[in-house]
Amino acid sequence: MSDIAERVKKIVVEHLGVEPEKVTEDASFIDDLGADSLDTVELVMAFEEEFGVEIPDDAAEKILTVRDAINYIKEHKADA
Amino acid sequence: MRRVVVTGLGLVTPLGGDVETSWKNILAGKSGAGRITRFDPEDHACKIACEVKMDGSEMALDLSKRVDHKVQRQVDLFIQFGIDAAGQAIEDAGLLDLSDEERLRAGCSIGSGIGGLPGIEKESIVLHERGPRRVSPHFVHGRLINLVSGQVSIKYGLEGPNHAVVTACSTGAHSIGDAARMIALDDADIMLAGGAESAICPLGIAGFAQAKALSTRNDDPEGASRPYDEGRDGFVMGEGAGIVVLEEMERAKARGATIYGEVIGYGLTGDAFHVTAPHEDGRGGFRAMQNALARAGMTPGDIDYINAHGTSTPLGDEIELNAVRRLFGSAIDHVSMSSTKSAIGHLLGGAGAVEAIFCLLAMRDQVAPPTINLENPSEGCKGVDLVPLTPKEREIRAVLNNSFGFGGTNASLVMKRV
Repeated sequence: MSDIAERVKKIVVEHLGVEPEKVTEDASFIDDLGADSLDTVELVMAFEEEFGVEIPDDAAEKILTVRDAINYIKEHKADA
Repeated sequence: MRRVVVTGLGLVTPLGGDVETSWKNILAGKSGAGRITRFDPEDHACKIACEVKMDGSEMALDLSKRVDHKVQRQVDLFIQFGIDAAGQAIEDAGLLDLSDEERLRAGCSIGSGIGGLPGIEKESIVLHERGPRRVSPHFVHGRLINLVSGQVSIKYGLEGPNHAVVTACSTGAHSIGDAARMIALDDADIMLAGGAESAICPLGIAGFAQAKALSTRNDDPEGASRPYDEGRDGFVMGEGAGIVVLEEMERAKARGATIYGEVIGYGLTGDAFHVTAPHEDGRGGFRAMQNALARAGMTPGDIDYINAHGTSTPLGDEIELNAVRRLFGSAIDHVSMSSTKSAIGHLLGGAGAVEAIFCLLAMRDQVAPPTINLENPSEGCKGVDLVPLTPKEREIRAVLNNSFGFGGTNASLVMKRV
């Protein structure tokens, strides 16, 4: 499970160009990590790619923090 | 009308990631050409180009200096080259600390000939192979031509005119001419102006090669761009960016800025003839030069150096040269004319601005840059000082810069020392 958290954080660091320390589970993509609405679309695409899950638009809109992303992936990933 | 001067320069070229490195290598007669590394060119008729180096070498550009990590991932290279060159120019001009009020009167006019072709090519493959849901949300704004001006204005807080010229290979010259007029007409006090290009991708090379515009001297990349030489067989594609800071002259003088030159003449015409070929008597280029000189209040005898369009195509070089001969008459004996495309290739939408910067440096250092590879001028290219092989030290008081583009669009700039 912690593996999922690490992989999510790695994607966030790469895509948003932020310091790894800043990517806590409570961090909000937009408020704390400097993402804009386009970046959040891109992040969701990267999560889909990395974990082989499909995240529909209405679910994607509710993924606001690192923890939201980790939880969604844990719940929906086929082999989790 | 208000007078307009250049107070800052920025360059990204195949011979250097900054102004002084590029210029030093131009004067040293180096070539930026080589076999294409950006993709495997094996299947292509043309396998060579003048690429911007990003390998940590002396000539290389370090994008991490001025382009945000996130932006690097999102936008095409032409925008990144433009951001870096604009940053160099504004730093060189000493204008990083503009007041809120000054920002309202500072703008951007940075264009491109082609824009984000590599990104369009890549993303269309993604769409085809993986479907619309895999297309990047950054696709559109990362490829649009006006996004150099957009990104630069956001980075430096420039709230004045935000403009982007698209006139193929005359983009860079039109960008500077148009921006100078915005200052002359009091729409702005400061403008970042120029052009950026990076279209060295399979689609770009194949497209120009199919139009029979590119050199196929694949076994001798450094000798392939040879304007006026009898062995010339087409242009070598280059990439990079050239951006200047234009400033209203009294303002520049009052703050004690370094002034590289005054943009005093600008001429624009259309050939109304053919999509890719110039009119055989060069009438469009002739009138662009004539109009620029008239606007400058000068005669051909006042011009000491011409940076030619001179792309190394069999037809174009002689047509331009003949137009210069007709316009200059006996003054041709006094002028030096060279094509720096011999060294850095054809930067398409970046060419006019990069070459305008070389003109300004030629005035600063009183030296005409060479036309490298010009070993045997073709029959129609004799009798004019084309500065073959090595630079020429001489008096340079005023310069003329020509840029002509597909669609029959022509721009000429005249600049002089202040």
